[in-house]
Amino acid sequence: MTQATAIRTRTAADWRRDFPALQQMVHGHPLAYLDSAASSQQPDAVIEAVAHYHREDHANVHRGVHTLSHRATEAYEGARDKIRSFINAASRSEIVLTSGTTESINLVAQSYARPRLAPGRKILITHLEHHANIVPWQLACEQTGAELVVAPINDAGEVDLDVLRTLLTDDVVLLAVGHVSNALGTINPVRDIVAMAHDRDIPVLVDGAQGVPHMAVDVRDIGCDFYAFSAHKMFGPTGTGVLYGRESLLDAMPPWQGGGDMILEVRFDGTIYNDLPYKFEAGTPNISGVVGLGAAIDYLLSIGMEAITAHEYALHDYMVARLSEVDGIRLIGTAAAKASVQSFLLNDIHPHDLGTILDHQGVAIRTGHHCAMPVMQRFEIPGTARASVALYNDTDDVDRLVAALRKAQEIFS
Amino acid sequence: MTAAKLEPSLQDVYRSLVLDHSRNPRHFGRPEHVTHVADGINPLCGDKLRLYLDIDDDGKIQTSGFEGTGCAISIASASLLTETVIGLPVGDADACYREVTRRLTSGTKEAAARDDLEERLQDVRALDGVRAFPARVKCATLAWRALHAAIQNDRVPATTE
Repeated sequence: MTQATAIRTRTAADWRRDFPALQQMVHGHPLAYLDSAASSQQPDAVIEAVAHYHREDHANVHRGVHTLSHRATEAYEGARDKIRSFINAASRSEIVLTSGTTESINLVAQSYARPRLAPGRKILITHLEHHANIVPWQLACEQTGAELVVAPINDAGEVDLDVLRTLLTDDVVLLAVGHVSNALGTINPVRDIVAMAHDRDIPVLVDGAQGVPHMAVDVRDIGCDFYAFSAHKMFGPTGTGVLYGRESLLDAMPPWQGGGDMILEVRFDGTIYNDLPYKFEAGTPNISGVVGLGAAIDYLLSIGMEAITAHEYALHDYMVARLSEVDGIRLIGTAAAKASVQSFLLNDIHPHDLGTILDHQGVAIRTGHHCAMPVMQRFEIPGTARASVALYNDTDDVDRLVAALRKAQEIFS
Repeated sequence: MTAAKLEPSLQDVYRSLVLDHSRNPRHFGRPEHVTHVADGINPLCGDKLRLYLDIDDDGKIQTSGFEGTGCAISIASASLLTETVIGLPVGDADACYREVTRRLTSGTKEAAARDDLEERLQDVRALDGVRAFPARVKCATLAWRALHAAIQNDRVPATTE
């Protein structure tokens, strides 16, 4: 077999073997990991890249003239270039490295929105949002007397675009919307939503934490002004994330935190801030995390985002079909366009009990409110059980989930 | 029965007494006369319980009830709690709180509980299986923390954190 053939025939089963954590037994069963929407596992390539960095290259970045500092800086800045290319940003100045989606959104809330907010002005979000795309805006509104407006969703878990359009009024400072809902899996038509908002000259932040792992993201095609995401949901390490921001907007924004690395010159009579993106990166960053993120991007590109999307969509459809066969199941989140996630309730079994019973059969799911309490309030439920698939899952994982649910029904029968 | 194939520890948690109390919680609802109230909140899973006590002038718990939503373990625990504390002097009820949380969180058999309380807490032993599930111990102790808070007449909700 030629090498080219070998590469071409690499399947999802091979991808799964790249992830050491998935090769273990849990409570005597092979692990069926269906909780990637909370945090994804890491392939050997990421684990090794981080370990190599720690073993060979670690020093502080942007500071030293010595060899290791140079290597660390190259690795860190090299990852920034990979990120820029991965989301097709125009310039590396637009890639701000943060601790995660949460910090990215807080940065925009405090540095972009807050100076523009005042009584009578508004931030617009949707009812689908994760707490990380709600609370930073609530804080900025509390600090300024501005109002947080929430666009409603329908029973399927889709944003009502007609209502959203009417809410895009001149007093809205910014629209913040998720790319993919972590609780319900809804894919928002972000390109259309951005166009709608830009018609009214309203900038848009897209929370892409659940978008980037599952589909090719092109920030210039989406047209958004900010795009936030986390490494640990895309097979990279925790504590690392990205804020993409349109250069003209970032340039005009004041720094988010003060410290080393974000300055050109510090004097007691005034400090000159560093250029983009360093103006927003105070202090020694999570260098190894960023190196890991770069390796995760290399890994995703080695498979190809189109292949990942095709595999996951097919698997998600299979999961929805198999779950629908279970008597007494109630699917929460039935949008026409969905990715990865299915939330559900089973009979009157509390999701937390389901989670424990499934865990004992080696099936890992998330249970509870998924950091999206308003979504739960919308459906008048305390929480859900949520299964989410990633590139390394297969139909066997879904079959195991369904079998485990039937066992839970037996226990509670 | 297929459940027999499950690991013993899982059966230990979801034993029939626990399932019975979670499906048919005793003293569910607000009693007519209430002197002490406390909320129990588990921010991890969103469980919310409100525990009611009616304590008479002699310091005896005349009745108790609870409302709220939660998993089988937290509801069963609250139900078992009401059965346990009704008729007890407040001090003994608080001793029950200490004994149950000690049992579930440390699992050690330090100072044995008073014999009379030990007997009183016999049914609550049905919850002992959760010790093997660290993630679920908070579910089992939630109502008992609310009991302690109600006795202290705390205005702040008891949380599992």
